[in-house]
Amino acid sequence: MATLDVQVVAADHAVWSGEARSLTGRTVEGDIGILPGHSPFLALLAQGDLTIEPVEGPTVKAYVKGGFFSVDSDKITVVADEADVTD
Amino acid sequence: MGAQIRVYRQKIASTSSMKKIFKAMELIATSRVGKARSRAQAASPYAEAITRAVSAVASQDDVEHVLTEKANNPQRAAVLIMASDRGLAGAYSTNVLKRSESLLARLRQDDIEARPYLYGRKAQAFYDFRDREYDQVWTGQTDSPSVERAREIGKTLVDQFVEPVESGGVDEIYLVFTEFKSMVTQEPVVKRLLPLSVVESEETSGAGPMPLYDFEPSPEEVLDALLPRYIESRIFSAMLEASASELAARQKAMKSAADNADELIRKYTLLRNNARQAEITQELTELIAGADALASS
Repeated sequence: MATLDVQVVAADHAVWSGEARSLTGRTVEGDIGILPGHSPFLALLAQGDLTIEPVEGPTVKAYVKGGFFSVDSDKITVVADEADVTD
Repeated sequence: MGAQIRVYRQKIASTSSMKKIFKAMELIATSRVGKARSRAQAASPYAEAITRAVSAVASQDDVEHVLTEKANNPQRAAVLIMASDRGLAGAYSTNVLKRSESLLARLRQDDIEARPYLYGRKAQAFYDFRDREYDQVWTGQTDSPSVERAREIGKTLVDQFVEPVESGGVDEIYLVFTEFKSMVTQEPVVKRLLPLSVVESEETSGAGPMPLYDFEPSPEEVLDALLPRYIESRIFSAMLEASASELAARQKAMKSAADNADELIRKYTLLRNNARQAEITQELTELIAGADALASS
């Protein structure tokens, strides 16, 4: 099964990276869920929670504030002004 | 004669205590330079991601944005000069200031009015001493820069850029900072921050042509939000690189200072021993001469 290659970075450090089955985040226009095979996409993030379902291990929750995320051939990059894993 | 020995002894003592300071500063710089480099590395995923995203949006040719527009006839340029807060770093600040002087000369030649923005106390001192004007100065943390400071600088510069030239805005923004090549080589460089040259960022993104993205809410709004961040991240990575360079330069300068102190101590020790020996010889000569005079009388 295809997986997502997720990378979450804040301005001065990398927050989380790994393989994931899905990712849910909040953009300025509302919540969005990304599954493998999504079309190329670039959206601005609103302040809120980011939920990642990794291939292995428990769900990862992170609080992000400002920034954007991009999806490109199953590679997701979340670039936040501030981000912290809240688990 | 005894006076001379005392002089040498004092010199040896003061050189040794200076050597201790140099040694300590070298050790501090060594430990900090590693930290500065790992901070630069930690910030690089962000810089890469944002560069890729900016070139993705900017490569959609129907998008026009004030930050990517190039003025046909630039009249005014902001120059951000990054020097250090403290000295004792060899020629670090001098080199970067020299590089900035040559950029300013070039701008003057092209009839572009340059507006210096200074970063670091040494740059401020350089301008104050020459009674030159500058727009703004940031000091106090050149050896461990913070993201907040980068945001502040980025905002100031972008505001200047967005402002129309007629009311005092600038057409171009340049960065002068020291690039960290290795522990022994640091090179002052000039980078144009704005207007963006997207060609450069497309190269760094590597893998193939950009896919057609869907944007939310719209390409313009995404670019609006992205570009200031992109500028901030460029400034922040320049600051981090400059801090690593500063510390590496300081380490090198302190190492050679400590080596020179060693050399001086050796020289003075030799001279002191000479003087002591000369004194002993003199005393002996006087004694023998005295004894001879007594015996012969």
